[in-house]
Amino acid sequence: MLAYLIRRLFAAAVMLVVIVMVVFGIFFLIPKWAGVDIALSFVGKQADPAAVEGVREKLGLGDPIYAQVWEFFKGIFAGRTYTGGGDSIHCAAPCFGYSFRSEQAVWPTLTDRFPVTLALALGAAVLWLIFGVSAGVLSALKRGSLWDRGAMVIALSGVSLPIYFTGMLALSVFVYGLDLFDGQFVPLEDSFSGWFGGMILPWVTLAFLYAAMYARITRATMLEILGEDYIRTARAKGLKEQTVIGKHAMRSTMTPLLTMLGMDLGALIGGAILTETAFSLPGLGQAVLNAIKNQDLPVILGVTLITSLAVLVANLVVDILYAVIDPRVRLA
Amino acid sequence: MTAPLHEPTAEAAPSAAEEASVATSGAKAVQGRSLGRIAWERLKRDKLALTGGIVVLLLVVVALLAPVITSLLGQDPNEYHENLIDPLFGTPTGSLGGVSGDHLLGVEPVNGRDILARVLYGARISLLVGFLSAVVAVILGTVLGILAGFFGGWVDSLISRVMDGLLAFPQLLFIIALVSVMPNDMLGLTGSNVRVFVMILVIGFFGWPYIGRVVRGQTLSLREREYVEAARSLGAGRLYILFKELLPNLVAPIVVYTTMMIPTNILTEAALSFLGVGVKPPTASWGQMLSSAIDYYESDPMYMVVPGVAIFITVLAFNLFGDGIRDALDPKASR
Repeated sequence: MLAYLIRRLFAAAVMLVVIVMVVFGIFFLIPKWAGVDIALSFVGKQADPAAVEGVREKLGLGDPIYAQVWEFFKGIFAGRTYTGGGDSIHCAAPCFGYSFRSEQAVWPTLTDRFPVTLALALGAAVLWLIFGVSAGVLSALKRGSLWDRGAMVIALSGVSLPIYFTGMLALSVFVYGLDLFDGQFVPLEDSFSGWFGGMILPWVTLAFLYAAMYARITRATMLEILGEDYIRTARAKGLKEQTVIGKHAMRSTMTPLLTMLGMDLGALIGGAILTETAFSLPGLGQAVLNAIKNQDLPVILGVTLITSLAVLVANLVVDILYAVIDPRVRLA
Repeated sequence: MTAPLHEPTAEAAPSAAEEASVATSGAKAVQGRSLGRIAWERLKRDKLALTGGIVVLLLVVVALLAPVITSLLGQDPNEYHENLIDPLFGTPTGSLGGVSGDHLLGVEPVNGRDILARVLYGARISLLVGFLSAVVAVILGTVLGILAGFFGGWVDSLISRVMDGLLAFPQLLFIIALVSVMPNDMLGLTGSNVRVFVMILVIGFFGWPYIGRVVRGQTLSLREREYVEAARSLGAGRLYILFKELLPNLVAPIVVYTTMMIPTNILTEAALSFLGVGVKPPTASWGQMLSSAIDYYESDPMYMVVPGVAIFITVLAFNLFGDGIRDALDPKASR
């Protein structure tokens, strides 16, 4: 297990370096190849020439690429001082960039907003795993029944609805139409019940899409496994149906689901961004949206980087869980 | 990408009775049937899939003929009808968001553009980006998947690591990042055309690992089959085996994944336009209509329902059709 853990940690460290390089490439190299003035896109397109020159100097855009990547990478661990254009700005570690537009370091924005996105994603994940997996298992056990058909029709609609449209429908029905919820985000520090009430609709909206997807896949996996010989053997030796399903079938159903969960974490961030936008939650998604509107590239860069890192860490956790559930994985 | 693709789910397989009838009819006429023929016979019996397929066809026709249809209706997607707007609230006068004989699905708040005309034009963007980005993904995924599966070794390790990495990334964010650093005009394109071009490339780029994984897995198992060995022992070259022995057997999974990828790509395009990095106004797109409708979900729900339902029907039709194609082509379904 220890060897497996060390191997995974090493792989994660390599991925971290790769992610930083890819993100750097997207924001610095691609615009350069495409012939866009990077300094201009970092200050906003209406900035005066002096400010643009200052930013060019501050970011060291004239330096060789490897030096730029190094400065960027070093900033994350040691902080960074941007000097140029007659002034100098210090960005404390961990420096995930500096917005020359709002004249603020990006990191505080990220730490302010990350908990909202995390709470949204985690709450939705709990909901969808519970409801999606149990709906899928029930459908598989009662294959062809009214329940099965109904659940699969709902699931198919669920995967075909854009998440923000579901959110807008939920808002207009439950908040505006039936007046069941407030529809306002309340910070957790202010009131737990207010926060919880405000998060229910976003959780359900985000969970609906994934619950639908997981129900479909759980059903298919379960059906396949129920046809396996070892299930017949388990039944033949007189085990209770409960044990056959709960112990033998479920364990094999869970492994592919866990692999999927690891792969979906990245996509989940995308879903969370869209959900936040529909419900005006002050999370990372809203930060990205504002940054797009204000052409504030450093914020987009920071959010992309921090969420990639979050996904990396979450994947590490899933990998470890995976090894716990399925011992074969450790040896692979 | 908010709705990632997964392994095909082997549900809704033709029932045992249907299978038996296929088997007996096959036995009566003792002649080889191509995979396409078998698949078509199965597909014909799958009513849901056929419905999906017909809706998809209709959508394509509607998208292609959007200018004709709108001019027949006497509407233009960019024409303002401010006389139909309540000056006090900015919402359309009349019931259901200004539905009338002239404006069958109502008009937009504030400037009163015809919603039907805009939805029709929006279909063009959605389908164009959905199809072409799938083509990009299929080409990249097939080539790299075959390379990885066929050559193995370090080529396989490298391609597989890249695929794993891409699949785990927060793709939507990377797509947003890429689209937002792209210039406003390139290769002679301007305005919305640039965005459409960039979206096709970027969505396609992030989609290839889904196809690549499947193609790699299939290639890995196919290259060990007896018929490949037979070909090899007869002295067939690598290229011959690749194109004559492997590729024909990869067509089925590639077709399945392509049909399943199109709806995902349509959703991604809509999401990007919803977030404001997609096509630029005044070009109509469903995602962008929804994003402006967000301010009117209380006062003018019709404005949000029309593009939302358009996306829903399109994606649902593709999903139904894709499920049907998968069941028809999946060799496992004949168990």
